[in-house]
Amino acid sequence: MTSATMSAPISHELHAKAEAMSLPAEEPTHVEGLSMVVFSGDLDKVLAAFIIANGAAAMDLPVSMFFTFWGLNVLRRGGHIKVAKKKTTMESMFGAMMPNGPAGLQLSKLKMGGLGTRLIKREMAKKHVDDLAHLIRSAQEQGVRFIACTMSMDLMGIRKEELIDGLTFGNVGSFIDAADRSRMTLFI
Amino acid sequence: MQATVLENVRADKVVDARGMACPGPLLEAKRQMASVPLHGVMEVISSDEGTTTDVPLWARKVGHEYLGTVADAGFWRIYVRRMK
Repeated sequence: MTSATMSAPISHELHAKAEAMSLPAEEPTHVEGLSMVVFSGDLDKVLAAFIIANGAAAMDLPVSMFFTFWGLNVLRRGGHIKVAKKKTTMESMFGAMMPNGPAGLQLSKLKMGGLGTRLIKREMAKKHVDDLAHLIRSAQEQGVRFIACTMSMDLMGIRKEELIDGLTFGNVGSFIDAADRSRMTLFI
Repeated sequence: MQATVLENVRADKVVDARGMACPGPLLEAKRQMASVPLHGVMEVISSDEGTTTDVPLWARKVGHEYLGTVADAGFWRIYVRRMK
């Protein structure tokens, strides 16, 4: 098959896909803003990621957050979601063992069998530090772009319907594109 | 700007962010600025000292005019003029 015979339909298809996904401008028009890989599923690290994201958005910087591996669990809705494509036993096990949404995350230190997380949440409430769910909503309201890593989704058997609304689905290319448009990149 | 000068500044909008922790006061300042008239003044009251650094930096970054800060009993009043 030659490229000439294929080029027309492929570009047509790509064009249609680009429109459906409402991609950002083709070339980086400005190098500004913040891009982040949220790899961790630890409560403290994810809190830091969302505080930085909210602050950057408040300062009018475009922000993209790419959620991969353990970080993907932050985007889960919580509760039991009926999925269209049946999970394998291994996928179900993964799903059950990993945190199901922001409420399920644990501290990276002072775990003390879950006690540390409960205590820090109590202190946060007492000292009016916003909880993670609130920070996630606030980031979305401020237009922070969330990208869910589809490779991690496949690997861990997490389906789209288990994740919150308003996500872009992509892989490393999406992250590199976001990083290429930003002045700051963090891996958390 | 000195407190004596700031005393003559009338705030068009007062944002009481006392008790809020980072990034609360900053997000509240941004949110409330939308309802301040152009060239109007917003007063942000915060009990978190870091806000006195962050709000001026935010104002500069997004193009508003930072007028000054007045320390009060256990909190600060930060004045910003909406410029766009």
